[in-house]
Amino acid sequence: MTDLSYISPLSAASMPGLKKRYKTERFFRMTGLAAIVASLGFLAFLMLSISIQGMGAFFKTEIRFEVEQAWIEDAAGDSYSLLRNIMGNSDPTVTGRTAKREYRRLVGADAEDKLRNEIIGQEIATDGPVVIWLPASDDVDVAVKDGLGTTASGVDTGQLSQRQVDWIMGLTAGNRIRTDFNMGFLLNGDSRDAERAGVGGALLGSLFTLIICFVLSFFVGVMAAVYLEEFAPKNKATLFLEVNINNLASVPSIIFGLLGLAIFLNGFGLPRSSSLVGGMVLALMTLPTIIIASRVSLRSIPPSIREAALGLGATRVQTVFHHVVPLALPGMLTGAILGMARALGETAPLLMIGMVAFIADPPSSFTDPATAMPVQIFLWSDSPERAFTEKTAGAIMVLIVFLILMNLAAVLLRKKFEKKW
Amino acid sequence: MGEGLIQRRSRPLEQIIRAALVICSAVAVFVTIGIILSLLFETIRFFSQVSIIDFVFGTNWSPQTAMREDQVGSTGAFGFIPLLTGTLLISFIAVAIAAPFGIYSAVYLAEYAKPAHRAVIKPTLEILAGVPTVVYGFFAAIVIAPALRSAGASLGLDVASESALAAGLVMGIMIIPLVSSISDDVIRAVPQALREGSTGLGATQSETVRKVILPAALPGITSGILLAASRAVGETMIVVMAAGLAANLTFNPLNAVTTVTVQIVMLLTGDQEFDSAKTLAAFALGLVLLCITLVFNILARWIVLKYQEEYD
Repeated sequence: MTDLSYISPLSAASMPGLKKRYKTERFFRMTGLAAIVASLGFLAFLMLSISIQGMGAFFKTEIRFEVEQAWIEDAAGDSYSLLRNIMGNSDPTVTGRTAKREYRRLVGADAEDKLRNEIIGQEIATDGPVVIWLPASDDVDVAVKDGLGTTASGVDTGQLSQRQVDWIMGLTAGNRIRTDFNMGFLLNGDSRDAERAGVGGALLGSLFTLIICFVLSFFVGVMAAVYLEEFAPKNKATLFLEVNINNLASVPSIIFGLLGLAIFLNGFGLPRSSSLVGGMVLALMTLPTIIIASRVSLRSIPPSIREAALGLGATRVQTVFHHVVPLALPGMLTGAILGMARALGETAPLLMIGMVAFIADPPSSFTDPATAMPVQIFLWSDSPERAFTEKTAGAIMVLIVFLILMNLAAVLLRKKFEKKW
Repeated sequence: MGEGLIQRRSRPLEQIIRAALVICSAVAVFVTIGIILSLLFETIRFFSQVSIIDFVFGTNWSPQTAMREDQVGSTGAFGFIPLLTGTLLISFIAVAIAAPFGIYSAVYLAEYAKPAHRAVIKPTLEILAGVPTVVYGFFAAIVIAPALRSAGASLGLDVASESALAAGLVMGIMIIPLVSSISDDVIRAVPQALREGSTGLGATQSETVRKVILPAALPGITSGILLAASRAVGETMIVVMAAGLAANLTFNPLNAVTTVTVQIVMLLTGDQEFDSAKTLAAFALGLVLLCITLVFNILARWIVLKYQEEYD
């Protein structure tokens, strides 16, 4: 015991290499922090670059024209001839076949739609020329958004001819070009023309698909969870069931698509590309997630609730369905919303069941051919036109907004009903 | 029970409900059986047309069947090896990115971060795993691949525009939260007594982490990495959008390679008759994919069972 007196108290000076060890310590800590910062930085970079690319999709460029009454009368209710009249007579300096054709191409394919809606067959209040803003073509749109006419130089004008560039400069100088909110992007269906293409049809398709997915997977998932948590005997069969569900959760999503193709399409003959089959496939995929979340939720209900109900003479089924399930329901719904959010972003299984077709009309029933948001993004991303890159990023922004909303709903639901027993 | 004093009332509705519960739980089993049977059935039909030896050992994959019967190479080649190497190459790159980032993030979160910071950082990191894969695919194709290409050009390297590196890099970032959240759980499960013992012997915090905590948590972390690898192998959209379509037998990450999932999508999107070898090949690939991911998952579970020490 007396030997202890020989040991001098530890001090920095007495420990060889302590400085180096502290340096290593700081370095290690910094590396950990750097890993987190890099990961989060990447997330920020991803979101930022998508937002920068996609912002333009929510706006469209329009060109102002003054439509003479005579042109409207001459067109006699035909939007095509009216557009010809407007584009042919608005700028008297445009002469020659090629020049006229190029001038016509300043406005987009949807200019005719706008004429049909706003001039033809409408009561015109004034006697003078009617002012109308016609949507620009996608090439003009992209170039103007890149700053053609407002910044000095260095704008990639893409497919535009020098003549068209000069006209746009002139129009900008004459305050005849404006940028407006592009409602069509949110409402329209898909189109080969970038000006007309919108995510409306895909949103509706996704909604239909998710409705099917939710109805099937939530009901079956909750019932399965109730059985496993409340009724299942502890035996080999139950264990097998549990292992099976856990394994199913880790099966790649594309395999579920193959299952849907082989069984729902080729076996049952259900309609290809429909939101019905899409929803069914996604339901099988989300089922394990919902079962696992529902079981966690059921497990958090204290046994005293069950004992009280049983003690008052309720049967097991009554106990579970009158008392335990209602209390566990918010937790189950939270899990279901998160499962739906995952299903909303899922693409691969939908490709397998043929939801990749070009579909212009929004679906009107569950069996109509439909497309879904992520598939629409995939289809547009493949398109070589510059305008579609912007649309793709814009569609991603819409999809992410919906995902954020769903996750927010799940968090709020959890906060509201969270109970400490 | 209950026979003595009270007559048990028969409740047919309850019997029906109990039966319904059992059936709903069995759905999961039906799905599994459905997956295995449908894949197996089509795969057997595929191997009646294409030799299994050619599939498993063949090094040439070009499933284009010819327009005319008499054309050269009209049957197409279904050698699976280049797809396997492509898949493993991209998954390896992904894991090589995700493992260091994931483990270091987990160590920082579990050992250094204040609880308040942790509560914010952890869910934010998990957003990375929640972003739809089609978004990553678009990002890889539009931003990362061109950037790598021009970076390669400035270094005098020839980087393919659909290089394995671009797809693997983005996929690696996607699976960071998978590695980090499993590692985080495992590190936090290491008993406090080990930390205290190590600190009491004079080790610094990082020495404790490196020499005590990480070895104790290693089986769990390895299992997490294997699960992430399994996810990477089965990932579809990133590789469909950012990896190549042609099968190259190469291990150079700057070249374009194709993967099992890409080929399944290529074979099944578009119109073709259902009985052709091309379509059936997709199911054979699906079966292989299922087996690979299953092996990774079983391995992940086995490592934890075998090597994880029980401390309490």
